[in-house]
Amino acid sequence: MVRLMRRDRASRSAMVAAPLLALGAAVLVSLILFAALGKPAGVALHALLIRPFASWYSFSEVLLKAAPLMLIAQGLAIGFRANVFNIGAEGQFVMGAVAASALPVLGGDPSGPWVMPLMLGAGMAGGLAWAGLAAFARDRFGASEILVTLMQSLIAVQVLNYLLLGPWKDPRGFNFPVSVMFPDAALLPILLPGTRTNVLLVFALLASVLAWVLMRHRLTGFQLLVGGLAPGAARYAGIAPRRAVWLSLGLGGLAAGLAGAGEVMGPLGQLQRSVAAGYGYAAIVVAYVGGLNPLGIVVAAVAISAVYIGGDAATVSAGLPVPAVEVFQGLLLAFYLVAFVLVRYRIARMPGPATRAATPRRGGRPRTFDGPVPSAADGGP
Amino acid sequence: MTILAFVFAGILAASLPLLLAALGEMVVEKTGLLNLGIEGMMALGAAVGFVAVYLTGSHVLGLAGGALAAALLSLAFAGMVLGARANQVAAGLAVGVLGLGLSALFGASYESFTVSGLPKLAVPALSDLPVLGGLFRQDVLVWAAIPGVVVLWWVLERTKAGLVIRAVGENADAARAIGYDVVLIRAGAVAFGGAMAGLGGAYASTVLTPLWAEGMIAGRGWIALALVVFGTWRTGRVTLGALLFGTLVLGGLAAQAAGARVPSQLLASLPYLVTIVMLCILSAGRRRA
Repeated sequence: MVRLMRRDRASRSAMVAAPLLALGAAVLVSLILFAALGKPAGVALHALLIRPFASWYSFSEVLLKAAPLMLIAQGLAIGFRANVFNIGAEGQFVMGAVAASALPVLGGDPSGPWVMPLMLGAGMAGGLAWAGLAAFARDRFGASEILVTLMQSLIAVQVLNYLLLGPWKDPRGFNFPVSVMFPDAALLPILLPGTRTNVLLVFALLASVLAWVLMRHRLTGFQLLVGGLAPGAARYAGIAPRRAVWLSLGLGGLAAGLAGAGEVMGPLGQLQRSVAAGYGYAAIVVAYVGGLNPLGIVVAAVAISAVYIGGDAATVSAGLPVPAVEVFQGLLLAFYLVAFVLVRYRIARMPGPATRAATPRRGGRPRTFDGPVPSAADGGP
Repeated sequence: MTILAFVFAGILAASLPLLLAALGEMVVEKTGLLNLGIEGMMALGAAVGFVAVYLTGSHVLGLAGGALAAALLSLAFAGMVLGARANQVAAGLAVGVLGLGLSALFGASYESFTVSGLPKLAVPALSDLPVLGGLFRQDVLVWAAIPGVVVLWWVLERTKAGLVIRAVGENADAARAIGYDVVLIRAGAVAFGGAMAGLGGAYASTVLTPLWAEGMIAGRGWIALALVVFGTWRTGRVTLGALLFGTLVLGGLAAQAAGARVPSQLLASLPYLVTIVMLCILSAGRRRA
């Protein structure tokens, strides 16, 4: 009988092999799928995987999209490692974009060196406040942050629609649902001359370093890790899960809000509906495929971003419909989750049942909403 | 037609996709799992169902095809969570993204195509009532759903199968210890949830609004997820919640047509707002208990 035996320590080689295996499997299945739909599979894959890196400009576009993904995913991974599932980064991103837009939309035509820091600060505050509501609901009432943050994302998109169709619509915008164009003082400086890549990439890399320091060297990181891996032990050691909830959601909201501000102050240059393009959801894929590890997330953000840029190219060169990128992303995450089993378990031929530790529970409702779910993986080590 | 008559005529059909998906997810959650991929499974069911009806002209094949496709997709979720012991939140999102992508991929060459819906079957006499009459002119799926809900309630609350499902959700270790195959029961529940979501999606694309447009599920999967919480995992309450949320959606359309000044975004947000409030109240109550 083949059994999965839990490893005492996560396998390092498997941690590197899992995303590569997943990538290979996702590529293979996409190839078959595209061929079955009568699309030139080879051309499509070339566009998806090679074209993004084939020219300096397209690579700069990859970096442009990788910055918000990286920033959001670093924030989310802190929570995921602690078993706090903030899956509403999309809403925090949108609210960050909205908060940052308030100044140029309501403040006339602001100029001066204070405009940019103020807008970035407003973006972070917007994301933080939106995530804070979920932290409050979880802390005060015990409401599942999974569902609350998800519902909040759907509400945030409606708030965005309301503002753009109503009070924040550009009066000279030919009735399009967009805000005024931001003045130059509100636009982030370009990092790489001749491209659209802006300083948000620097913020994202700084956040990655911070995330690494937080997880490896600071007591907080240790506390969060223990809180996620062994809630009972954490409570015994006096580490309040409350702190994990507030810290995880707070940092996640902050990062997503900053990314949202960066999107309107960067490539968009105004508030528009396309700001809710799914960065918040894609960042969840980035966080997982990056193994919930700060370094892995940097690599995964660039890889997933490349798939987006390559997907755009594939719509032209191989006639792929735009959602093909989503299919590839979904396959990648699915295969990664399956491959990840190798990191946490070894496959052994052993007699006897493999049992999982029972988690204590209260009340008579399905245990799904009592925090950690029964077969939930804890993510990375 | 007055607004009220419009709402009464449409409420049951508008609620049906929500109801089917929510009842399916309710059974999944009763076994202790959470599949967040409903939106994607509904979208896949809608796309496959539409293409099948378009090509064959048969609604039986379309609805069955939609349900089957979504059930297969949900089995991918079961494989990840039960087989590879992956995190359910991530697995649910993977299924959701995959379903939305696949639906758009399959539907890409059918954009804006239409099929014919199903005829309405009227109850004699009652369907001639003023205002309320529309309530008694429904398609065969709506009529079938009424006994269907009762049967589901009966199975879950009054039979051994229902008891086993609840036992698996409330104490998996105990259920395993007395000899039930927890993995198999959970996989079955996940497949049922997938089939129901797919059926709901296929109904939406081939009967309710028989045309294909990418993104036509438009958040109904998320509302279904909210509904399960709103209905506190009870068949009857989930059904009432589906009617309520269905009325909200329809009422919003009617109010806009009548030129009401309520922003449609507020109406669109209401199901989610109500669900957050419900979650807080329910969780606080359980904490005190």
